[in-house]
Amino acid sequence: MLFPPSMSHCGILISVGSRRFAYEAILSPHRLILNRATLPGGEFKESGGLSQEMSTLAEVPPTSKTKREVIERAVIRFAGDSGDGMQITGSQFTNTVALYGNDIATFPDYPAEIRAPAGTIPGVSGFQLHFSSNEVFTPGDAIDALIAMNPAALKVNVGDLKANGILIVNSDSFKESDLRKAQMTVSPLEDHSLDKYRVFPVELQRMTRAALQHLGIDAKAMDRCKNFFALGMCYWLYNRSTDPTMRWIGEKFAKKPLLMEANKLALKAGYSYCEATEAFQITYEIPPAQLTPGLYRNVSGNQALAMGFVTAAQKSGLHLFLGSYPITPASDILHELSQYKNFGVFTFQAEDEIAAITSAIGASYAGSLAITTTSGPGMALKTEALGLAVATEIPLVICDIQRGGPSTGLPTKTEQADLLQALFGRNSEAPIPVLAAATPGDCFWIALEASRIALKYMIPVIVLSDGYLANGAEPWRIPKVEDIPAIPVKFAKDPVGFLPYRRDPQTLARPWALPGTPGLEHRIGGLEKQDGTGNVNYEPLNHENMVRIRAAKVAAVVQDIPNVLPEGDPSGDLLVVSWGSTAGSITAAVKAARARGCRIGHLHLRYLNPLPGNVGEILKRYKKVLVPELNMGQLLWVLRAKYLVDAVGLNKIQGRPFKQAELEQKFDEMLGIQGNHR
Amino acid sequence: MTTATLPQLTKKDFQTDQEVRWCPGCGDYAILSAVQSVFPELGIRRENFVVVSGIGCSSRFPYYMNTYGFHSIHGRAPAVATGVKIANPELEVWVAMGDSDALAIGGNHTIHMLRRNVGIKVLLFNNRIYGLTKGQYSPTSEFHKMTKSTPYGSPDRPFNPVSLAIGSEATFVARSVDVFQAHLKDTLKHAAAHKGSAFIEILQNCNIFNDGAWFSLTEKDVRSEHVLQLEHGKPLVFGKNREKGIRRKADGDIEVVQLGNGITENDLVVHDAHHPRPSYAFLLSHMEHRPGFPTPIGVFRAWDDLPRYEDVMKDQLQEVISKRGPGDLNKLLRAGDIWEVK
Repeated sequence: MLFPPSMSHCGILISVGSRRFAYEAILSPHRLILNRATLPGGEFKESGGLSQEMSTLAEVPPTSKTKREVIERAVIRFAGDSGDGMQITGSQFTNTVALYGNDIATFPDYPAEIRAPAGTIPGVSGFQLHFSSNEVFTPGDAIDALIAMNPAALKVNVGDLKANGILIVNSDSFKESDLRKAQMTVSPLEDHSLDKYRVFPVELQRMTRAALQHLGIDAKAMDRCKNFFALGMCYWLYNRSTDPTMRWIGEKFAKKPLLMEANKLALKAGYSYCEATEAFQITYEIPPAQLTPGLYRNVSGNQALAMGFVTAAQKSGLHLFLGSYPITPASDILHELSQYKNFGVFTFQAEDEIAAITSAIGASYAGSLAITTTSGPGMALKTEALGLAVATEIPLVICDIQRGGPSTGLPTKTEQADLLQALFGRNSEAPIPVLAAATPGDCFWIALEASRIALKYMIPVIVLSDGYLANGAEPWRIPKVEDIPAIPVKFAKDPVGFLPYRRDPQTLARPWALPGTPGLEHRIGGLEKQDGTGNVNYEPLNHENMVRIRAAKVAAVVQDIPNVLPEGDPSGDLLVVSWGSTAGSITAAVKAARARGCRIGHLHLRYLNPLPGNVGEILKRYKKVLVPELNMGQLLWVLRAKYLVDAVGLNKIQGRPFKQAELEQKFDEMLGIQGNHR
Repeated sequence: MTTATLPQLTKKDFQTDQEVRWCPGCGDYAILSAVQSVFPELGIRRENFVVVSGIGCSSRFPYYMNTYGFHSIHGRAPAVATGVKIANPELEVWVAMGDSDALAIGGNHTIHMLRRNVGIKVLLFNNRIYGLTKGQYSPTSEFHKMTKSTPYGSPDRPFNPVSLAIGSEATFVARSVDVFQAHLKDTLKHAAAHKGSAFIEILQNCNIFNDGAWFSLTEKDVRSEHVLQLEHGKPLVFGKNREKGIRRKADGDIEVVQLGNGITENDLVVHDAHHPRPSYAFLLSHMEHRPGFPTPIGVFRAWDDLPRYEDVMKDQLQEVISKRGPGDLNKLLRAGDIWEVK
């Protein structure tokens, strides 16, 4: 695990240079990319306490005829129709291995359509998990085991399977009609095209039905359990206990005992099937990873953001107000926060994106910690209101969970192409601080940090996350609430000398004077105003003064953010600069390249505006600078403009994260290394 | 807060030191004056008033009211005000909007605020024209109206703001006129007494770009023929000598009848503003479009049995707290499956 919470471990913390933010620097684990779809255990439960079973290793060892091999890591992908429950299956496997103590990274990949026609290529949904007894930074490039529920899933995914990899297919779904839906004429199970893999055709449908027949439920309901039959097989293959999933089924179907029984039986049947048939000659065991001591849970980016904002509200003593309009992939933040009403959280599902942000502006004006959450298209709609928040100088946090664009684009796919929108996407001069989370767990700390800056500087702050972080999850070291510093908030009370735009000399913040406070009646708005009084004012010099003050206020935030330290070589041949969710794959690639002897540093930026004070100096320490981004080169553009550095980009715009190999190839190209080292 | 400790407020307490910059003769002056006169009489502390507006001539309103004020962006005042109300339901929030602000760019927010029944008072300044942008037709301009942007006549059919509000199931809907000061103040007081959303269409004259838009209702010699003043519990009578009335027809529709010849006020519709269903008020709101029918002013609908949105939100919060106890952050962070690494 990289980026341990203790700063003394190494010089590779992403952005923790100086002492400034105790909570951020010391408490944030800054772990890198892991990914997972909606957590099955994600519903907020106040159960608390340590989970009953810390060890989830299967109690019954495989029979003597199978060999158990201890390996360091594995990458497994579940693929099927979007109605096949692949996200749940993957999430369950993830939860089980994480509980066992493996480090993990996941990559859920699902279609935008709720149910594309069954069995077709557009309907394929996948969930990839990388788990290890060692550090994990990415969901993995190539996969060791593929579970394919139908021909379309096989066709889409088999190219990523390693030679000699394990391929479990549902042979019941390879009839002629199934093949036709996947636009195949010959069954790949018969034409030797899969000869380089270890293929295990399993009659998932028939055997699941056989196991559930006595329950008296209809065939359709029985077939819906076949994913758990496959999951049971995987637990056997990787020597994992079925207990955590059994527990989950128990909770999930508590009110539907028949379905509970069906799912439990299917899971058990899959496990027993392997035991009885000795389908696999080898099973695998991946021991727990050495994580930093502490209490852990899995957390997705959206969950972490939600918890971060609840924490910020509690730490500032304010009500949290979320104004939001549902949009993929941000909606889960609304779902999460709407459960936390007993924390004094108001969630307002507005009539549109504009009402979502303007209601938040109103709530902030009246004294709430106000936030709004959206994705790129919604961000575009909020643009004018962002300008209003800048002009009225009120605290507000805007979360943009980026997805592929332009326009509706790729709603369920990840991209980093809203950076320039966040930095500049408003009319006139309207600067706003911009922060970006590096990992799902980091979303918690970014939410706190954005809230802190917004409240301290009386300013709107933009948080960038993306689909990859939002749905992704990682083992997250749970902080102690007592260790998180309070966020001080001061409301104006005294009418003597009160002016709505009288500024704090250090932060340039104006006072927060809440309606209801006697003697402080005042008017604010989007028209240009006189500094101090806030009265409408169109004088030329006043306007220039106000524009410069608003810019200076954003620039002043730099005094409040830590310097950055490059990870890896502190100087050398190549510096790789990253922001957002690419942190994980870039960390893995830099690590691998350094292991091969390359002199590379990695600078990850969590603060995009203002940039940390020492970025310019660090850029000069390396011969070359590379900026890999999931866009056409937006941070690259900023760095070149701001620091006059001849940096180059590596740009991927496919709705998918970087693969480690793609990055290493580019490093080698820039370092003049010939040949294929892999 | 108790009324016993309320300081005695006057109209002057609600005036600001800002120079009022509406065109001389604008109907907005009369509305401002009426509001400044009514606010001191409501028994509410000055610091608890918040006036929110969008963009347009009328939206300068907050700058001239010595209360808390928020001049937001075009069309969004209802959304900003909703946020204010949820964050602090104790505040007395009034919204000032023009016809384009409320019905064109901000139409969506207007209808959603009304259907939610947020406890906000809305003043819709309806002058049937775009004033601040200098004379384009608005969503309430008449069909075929010639304006700067419709030199050959407007192809749009207008909104009837009162119908729209009632269609959104607003719980309080009224109409008044800028120059009918006594009626306007009376209507404002009725609105102030309403707990839920209160929507008041104020017919307002723009003497620069649409002078005389409401002259048929405001000029002395004609107004009694064209205006029907609604009063709860009273029959629907109008005309110079109160000689005409509105009667129900057998099919449920209404008709204009001459009183006399055996027809008395007993045969007329008696105004019921407190009816729980909006259909009667809607029927009233539409009569002005029919030949021979008058334009009603006054309170169309005042049904206050629906809880306010901000109270529903707050109550839900309290309910969850009483059911689950106040939130425990440590528990929240430790929710779900957790494990310890030693």
